[in-house]
Amino acid sequence: MSIQEFIDKEVKSNDVVLFMKGTPQFPMCGFSGQVVQILDYLGVPYKGLNVLESDDLRQGIKDYSNWPTVPQLYVKGEFVGGCDIVREMFQAGELQDFLKGKGIPAREGAQA
Amino acid sequence: MAMDAHDIERLIKAAIPDARVEIRDLAGDGDHYAATVISESFRGKSRVQQHQMVYAALKGSMGGTLHALALQTTTPDGR
Repeated sequence: MSIQEFIDKEVKSNDVVLFMKGTPQFPMCGFSGQVVQILDYLGVPYKGLNVLESDDLRQGIKDYSNWPTVPQLYVKGEFVGGCDIVREMFQAGELQDFLKGKGIPAREGAQA
Repeated sequence: MAMDAHDIERLIKAAIPDARVEIRDLAGDGDHYAATVISESFRGKSRVQQHQMVYAALKGSMGGTLHALALQTTTPDGR
């Protein structure tokens, strides 16, 4: 299985996937850490994939989405964005609505 | 490795001529920037597509010589 096939399978078989530096328990980068905090705050179940464990994955995810940086958040197979976009959506309350629209349980009334 | 704020602005404006670009050097180290880019060409595009346009303008610098660029994109009337 190629790295692109692996990424595609992860993205499509998990409702919420975060490609990040480090793990949800131990983020190794401030940007990844911010997205972890937001998802945890909203109580959203998600799978974290650590790109620091594999150079193939680290490069592969950038090619997969045509997006040059990590973290990258995917919901139901769709690329939502990196740290800036996720934070902007969260602060505007859009992320909560977006998740709800996708049928993902998120805590009510949670705002920055 | 660092990148000058003027270089960032120049690259963005070369690719998106009508862009209004505001860049802040967050840490004073020439390596961590925040940029606001306002352009009519963003209209009707998703945030991901808007950011991809800016990243494309930076021609691969993002994630390479440019370590951190917090990005905010919008149209002139904020849509």
